[in-house]
Amino acid sequence: MPTSATRPSSAPSPAGWPTDLVIVGATSAIAENCTQLWLEGGASRALLIGRDGAKLARIQTDLGVRFPSAVITISETDLVNTASITAAVAGFAGAGTPGAAAGSGLTVLIAHGSMTDQAESQADLEKAAQVLQVTGVSPSLWMEACADTMTAGTIAVLGSVAGDRGRKTNYIYGASKGLIEKMAEGLQHRLAGSPLRVVLVKPGPTATPMTAHLDASSLASVSSVAAEIVKGVNAGTPVVYAPLKWKLIMAVVRAIPRPIFHKLNF
Amino acid sequence: MSKVSSWGRLSDADHEVVAISSAASAAGVLAATAPGVARGMERSYGDVALNSGGTLWDTRSMNRFLAFDAETGILSCEPGVLLRDIQATFSRQGWMLAVTPGSEIVTVAGAIANDVHGKNHATRGTFADHVTSITLVRTDGEVIVCGPGTGPGEESSRREWFEATCGGLGLTGLIVEASLRLKRVPGPWLLAEDVAYQSLPEFFELSDSSEAEFEHVVSWIDITTDGGRRGILSRANSVPSPHREPPASATGLGAARGGITFPLVPPVSLVNRLTLPALNRAYYRLKRAGVGSSVVHYKPFFYPLDAIQEWNRAYGPRGFYQYQCVLPRDVGMAAVEEILALVARSGQGSFLGVLKTLGDREPIGMLSFARPGVNLTIDFPNLGASTLALLSSLDTVVAAAGGRLYLAKDARMPVSLFEAGYPRLDEFVTYRDPGISSEMSRRLLGS
Repeated sequence: MPTSATRPSSAPSPAGWPTDLVIVGATSAIAENCTQLWLEGGASRALLIGRDGAKLARIQTDLGVRFPSAVITISETDLVNTASITAAVAGFAGAGTPGAAAGSGLTVLIAHGSMTDQAESQADLEKAAQVLQVTGVSPSLWMEACADTMTAGTIAVLGSVAGDRGRKTNYIYGASKGLIEKMAEGLQHRLAGSPLRVVLVKPGPTATPMTAHLDASSLASVSSVAAEIVKGVNAGTPVVYAPLKWKLIMAVVRAIPRPIFHKLNF
Repeated sequence: MSKVSSWGRLSDADHEVVAISSAASAAGVLAATAPGVARGMERSYGDVALNSGGTLWDTRSMNRFLAFDAETGILSCEPGVLLRDIQATFSRQGWMLAVTPGSEIVTVAGAIANDVHGKNHATRGTFADHVTSITLVRTDGEVIVCGPGTGPGEESSRREWFEATCGGLGLTGLIVEASLRLKRVPGPWLLAEDVAYQSLPEFFELSDSSEAEFEHVVSWIDITTDGGRRGILSRANSVPSPHREPPASATGLGAARGGITFPLVPPVSLVNRLTLPALNRAYYRLKRAGVGSSVVHYKPFFYPLDAIQEWNRAYGPRGFYQYQCVLPRDVGMAAVEEILALVARSGQGSFLGVLKTLGDREPIGMLSFARPGVNLTIDFPNLGASTLALLSSLDTVVAAAGGRLYLAKDARMPVSLFEAGYPRLDEFVTYRDPGISSEMSRRLLGS
């Protein structure tokens, strides 16, 4: 028999670790890495929600090989349509669902978004509308639906350091992420003192397929970013910068006086 | 265009990096962007996976497992899966790779294309000996499924394509899927032992006797001593769990965060004529002081250098060459002695000298490296002409001994040495994909 020092996944999760996961936008590289880490750490069930059914199926198979005793289900869902958001959230967190039974052991990660080139969005309002819709409005509505349905657990959402200050090189994407930040802030205010927590995660530039065209040496590895996210979400930290250095960098960026900021190119 | 360097950091040229995200989409991407060559983690030292100014097909996001049969141990996966993922996932379930190179931060397809080997070559052969099936997509859209077809569960069709593709430097088509037979292990632990040796004859004696009792055998050799040769031979076997937790850096969040990173590229190589003898002396004394046996996790035993990310930066902005040769056993000792004498006289080299014997079996791949004999590996910080001149003088010894150099490490061998070292070359070229071309293929194969 194989002997292993790793905790078998039938044992209860350590404090702070979720038992049940719902990952919205589960095919994003950061989301996929977080899912793996949560399952390795002891989560026993995961529902993966996304737009691309074929890719969801590949990830489901992969996770099944990695974690043979975990229960992985997938759901191909329109992430933007309000009716499908309402139905999906009622399906995993409504009364009588396993998610509701998991109580504080349920973590929902809302991870989808679309990084379209700023110049393209500027040149075409249709593209700009799509970025704002997919990256800003849709995740915000998922947060709202979760907050209205769940009674305990954690709602985590991927914002971005790009949401901290509007910059000419990516303000349409940044504005979408800024919307998420204000939604998270408001929900944290509303839910303060309740057993339902909201965590806003702000990843810095990360090496993912979305950033394959950028210089890799300035990007954080997706696995290290995922580790920071999982740690911060488990702890219920209200705002998680991943990697942490971006907390300092963005504090500086936000503090630069406007006349100087306007002379900078970044 | 983005800058891409291989592990030796000898160049930093612009490449058009094109992501391949699924097997289904591969043929379309290849047709639209050929000529090019596949790249994974760029852990090869030279120009196997470089194509300056041209296309690199990046398979790193194809990193998913496809199936695992817990009866046979056969794992099917996408080409960009890291060996690190296989080791971590399956050591929990009682399986590990049968053969692993000295870094686990390499892709499955890269391990196949370079037909890598490890510290257990005598008993387990090369990586390809445990590959049961490969699916290739050619730039003309043809899909080829091939395998060795000799054992149970092995794909039996088109063995000639399998022999061309294992060790085939990515030149026969793009690997979009592979199946590997894992090995049963009692867990992630090894009982490892270090033994000091003081001469080459002593090394060979110790190595041969160790291979009878230990699966994994490798040695570090001090390349700076003149005359007397000294080193440390390490040997190990898998053992059941010692009832302790794996190191925090080996699992979960600790592993995902990664270890320490070599922070910068120093202006000159930290390994140089001034530091080299001291580094070797210090390393020898450190290891000799620790001689004895202990139970260790597989990571520090198999992958000591992976603990420091980007350690290759230590050689400075000009990068480094790794010289790895295999020499037939009958002339091996004399040839190793000759090479070490040339290196010692030059004052070049590093403290990463590896000496090990390779087992009796001929490798399955037409261009596979690991033939029977003795393997010597030395890093050389790139000092320009003087380094190249030294390496040429080593080539003369290797050629005279009837040896060969490892293509996965090479950035400069002459065509004559390549052709002499790889007698199945003529057979290999008939399987090349005309839409695939790399810096290495142009340098050594003319196209």
